[in-house]
Amino acid sequence: MEAGEAKSKKAGGPRLCCICNQRRPVLKRPKTLQQICRECFYEVFEEEIHQVIVVNRLFKSGERVAIGASGGKDSTVLAYVLSELNRRHSYGLDLFLLSIDEGITGYRDDSLETVKRNELQYGLPLQILSYKDLYGWTMDEIVKMIGLKNNCTFCGVFRRQALDRGAALLKVDKLVTGHNADDIAETVLLNILRGDIARLSRCTSITTGEDGPIPRCKPFKYTYEKEIVMYAYFKKLDYFSTECIYSPNAYRGFAREFIKDLERLRPRAILDIIKSGEDFRIATTTKMPEQGTCERCGYISSQKWCKACVLLEGLNRGLPKMGIGRARGGINGDHTRETKAGSKSIETKQCGSLDF
Amino acid sequence: MQLTLEFGGGLELLCDSEKIHKVNVDLPNGADDLTMKHLLSWVRTNLIKERPEMFMKGDTVRPGVLVLVNDCDWELSGQLDTTIEDKDVIVFISTLHGG
Repeated sequence: MEAGEAKSKKAGGPRLCCICNQRRPVLKRPKTLQQICRECFYEVFEEEIHQVIVVNRLFKSGERVAIGASGGKDSTVLAYVLSELNRRHSYGLDLFLLSIDEGITGYRDDSLETVKRNELQYGLPLQILSYKDLYGWTMDEIVKMIGLKNNCTFCGVFRRQALDRGAALLKVDKLVTGHNADDIAETVLLNILRGDIARLSRCTSITTGEDGPIPRCKPFKYTYEKEIVMYAYFKKLDYFSTECIYSPNAYRGFAREFIKDLERLRPRAILDIIKSGEDFRIATTTKMPEQGTCERCGYISSQKWCKACVLLEGLNRGLPKMGIGRARGGINGDHTRETKAGSKSIETKQCGSLDF
Repeated sequence: MQLTLEFGGGLELLCDSEKIHKVNVDLPNGADDLTMKHLLSWVRTNLIKERPEMFMKGDTVRPGVLVLVNDCDWELSGQLDTTIEDKDVIVFISTLHGG
């Protein structure tokens, strides 16, 4: 590490940081292609996130905010940066860590240990909610029953709702997640490929669910994954990085790889895709799914029963295919809501852990 | 020459779950320098035990894998053309895991 100082020629000879013009650069920013030193990197990285927070008015003083924390790189860096900015700029926020225990042995149990360390390191109170407590099933049990096909659908649907329930339990005003620019570009592409207009129109919003009980926002919307990982590396932040043992999530994987290939050719491509997603306009004549509430649990739903209830009912009745894909079985199979809406609505397709 | 190679962000799982490897790498036949290009193929042959496609694509690292040479982004030192010297520390971090 110290050896690096002596070998500055590797940093492109006498070249200096584009910002301070004093120190040796350690990083090429994907966003601007600038070569910058470690100190200037910390400063621009944190300042840009602060600007995103201020310009988009993500928070109000006195609010209670839960950080969806998985122990992975994004949420760990988010917890660190947000508590730092909260102090530095006196946001006046009460921050909490909120973790979901899906019940995946050898994966989530380990990552939760990371979150528990983060609780102490950053002095943020931690709330953990488990699928077992909320739904009566762990992911291990679900996979045992349904196998490795569609399991990500269950996990994604359950997690989204679990986070909302956890947020309600903590009585927070907002939930923030660590979705970064790469994730959002990937989701824009996926939603275009799937023809999912409803999700396409909201996946680039920095804040969603403002009409619901707990709005969600994404302070890393414009933050590159590369910079998040570099930041965690240089700051030696403690994060967990093992792929979920059940999740090949192949479809998302292809989009991810494509985005990374594009980034190599032209790093700005990521921001450009987000911009395209933002600028997408949907004809006002297009019928969108009507948001209502689930008759069973009261959660927001465009159908009679919400997706989580349909999936859960399938599990409990031993019919795990219920609610998967386009085969509409039983509960929402009738056309009640569609006919009420007066025309056929665009179906929002479920897939994977799309927490947008 | 003696090098320290570090694997992170999940890449360690491809090499016996060992994050830090102290290794000895010889100069390729007839070459004066050791470049990252050569080192990568050495790593692939000697350290990566499974799923090499998670680490490399073509003759370079898979997009999404960050490389630091002595704590400096290899994009600043010429990527595959970066010259490696004795006692250098090379870090590989995958960014491809959830957050």
